[in-house]
Amino acid sequence: MGDEMRVVKEYILETFLQGEAPENLTPTTELIRSGILDSLATLDLVAFIEGKFDIELEAHDVAAENLGTLESIERLVRRKLSQR
Amino acid sequence: MTRALGLVESLTQSCRRHAERVAVRDPETHTTITYGELAETSDRLRDRLVHVGVRPGDRVGLHLRKSVDSIIAILGVLKTGAAYVPVDPEAPASRAAFILDDCSVRVVITDADLAPRLDGALAEFGVAPAILRLPDADTSTRIRAALVAAQEADAAPVTADASPDVDDLAYILYTSGSTGRPKGVRLTHRAAASFIGWCRDEFSPSRDDVFSSHAPLHFDLSIHDVFVPLVGGARLVVIGEDLGRDPLRLAEAIAAESISVWYSTPSILNLLALYGRLDRHDHSALRLVLFAGEVFPIPQLRRLKEHWPHPRYYNLYGPTETNVCTYFEIPETIPADRTEPFPIGRMCPPLRGRVVDGEGGPVERGREGELLVSGPGVMDGYWNLPEQDARAFSRDAEGERWYRTGDLVVEDEQSNYVFHGRRDRMVKRHGYRIELGEIEAGLASHPAVREVAVVAVAGPDHGVRIKACLAVEGDSRPSIIALKQFSVERLPRYMVPDTFEFLEALPRTSTDKIDYQSLVADG
Repeated sequence: MGDEMRVVKEYILETFLQGEAPENLTPTTELIRSGILDSLATLDLVAFIEGKFDIELEAHDVAAENLGTLESIERLVRRKLSQR
Repeated sequence: MTRALGLVESLTQSCRRHAERVAVRDPETHTTITYGELAETSDRLRDRLVHVGVRPGDRVGLHLRKSVDSIIAILGVLKTGAAYVPVDPEAPASRAAFILDDCSVRVVITDADLAPRLDGALAEFGVAPAILRLPDADTSTRIRAALVAAQEADAAPVTADASPDVDDLAYILYTSGSTGRPKGVRLTHRAAASFIGWCRDEFSPSRDDVFSSHAPLHFDLSIHDVFVPLVGGARLVVIGEDLGRDPLRLAEAIAAESISVWYSTPSILNLLALYGRLDRHDHSALRLVLFAGEVFPIPQLRRLKEHWPHPRYYNLYGPTETNVCTYFEIPETIPADRTEPFPIGRMCPPLRGRVVDGEGGPVERGREGELLVSGPGVMDGYWNLPEQDARAFSRDAEGERWYRTGDLVVEDEQSNYVFHGRRDRMVKRHGYRIELGEIEAGLASHPAVREVAVVAVAGPDHGVRIKACLAVEGDSRPSIIALKQFSVERLPRYMVPDTFEFLEALPRTSTDKIDYQSLVADG
């Protein structure tokens, strides 16, 4: 698990999954379809990612295929970091 | 005067008068229809619905995402004299099926890709209404394609518009029910006309206005969004579910479509101010910003007004049972020392209000009491729930019927009502109305759950967070992720609890009732 993923995982656990055992949130756990993130929570997550990694996400980045799992979030963050 | 005409007549007259003008537009699919096309297509839908057996007084379910077609469908149903019943296409299909079965719809109009799920859920209820599927397609109106195909298979003769009585139902809007079952609010043509008439008197819409339609069709906000523009020849910009929750694209659309009248919950406006990058767009066409459904915290409202200083802002209040019943115009400048949310305001004529104590007696101005509402905009009652009707209404000495809102208010010195809270277990979350009992009923069906109590606790910025407290069987404590998944399969997404807490047993009061107070106090 890369640093980007670890940071995002901690944020999701603290913010949206209080009390959950960390091992239950895996890189492939569905974040949106499972009800962990609703649309408002997704926006909070986007704001967190933008601030934490100092990147700007465009409207088309904020889609379920990019934010649906920790794995896909990590891919998105790395892509954005490499474009900086 | 529009108010003297029935809803169907007002709409058809407007379609005739404005035939060449744009009636409805969907910025995502770039679908645009004129009033002439709206009239023609909704006429053909009426014919088809009548052909398959819809009669005045029936119900027709709309299981549709927001689209130009969903607006045509509303008109088509009303022209048959039936009531339309919009169900949330994003909620679990079992909830939609419950609603459609509850009010025994004759026909359901659904998006084709949603149909298989719905068919399965309806089969579980043992009901099989006729289904009109709108094919998957991105561009032109899909309803037309569905009607053409149906016409080729089995021609429907041309019929005439029904002319419903003011006491006939125009629509049934289902809201959260405390027993775990959604309850249908029956609203008549009289109620619709009364509300639309008030909107026209108060906001003086012109045919050059461009109205947003952001709220889902099963929300009472949609009554304003759909009918106020269409009876007046203005343009309705229908905002789909995905666009509606994406502040970046939403801000673009408000500018690109030159929207002049915006109506939504404060939550959405707050998201626009926070994440919409409003400074990058020209929103000078906006002249009116209406919000309803929940309290707008002052710091958030102030931030929005900094981005958008030019429109007039109104706080609209009212449960689905009355639609908007009070209104308050936000002052141009919010005093720097103001922290309390603005009042919900004064009654919308011709509705009348009064504040009563626990025994139904009047309370003095300045004292807290329950707000009662009377007048033509008030619902007829709930669908098939006579006991809830009996609790919802009280009669005064003159025999007048008053709807008990359950909202505790105080009338201030300027004769504005100020919202103080609820007298029951209903909460508002992001503008959604939630009976906590409905969430409890959903969670209670989990095999590991022995006891459940759901409470609302204070969240950031005057918001609420939903906390579910569970006592589980033995050591079989489910994971939080699994519980969220279980919830989202049974409840609308906005009812999924934010947090879960596990207890040995739920705390009880001395009379052996669940001690909700102590659960709330634990935060």
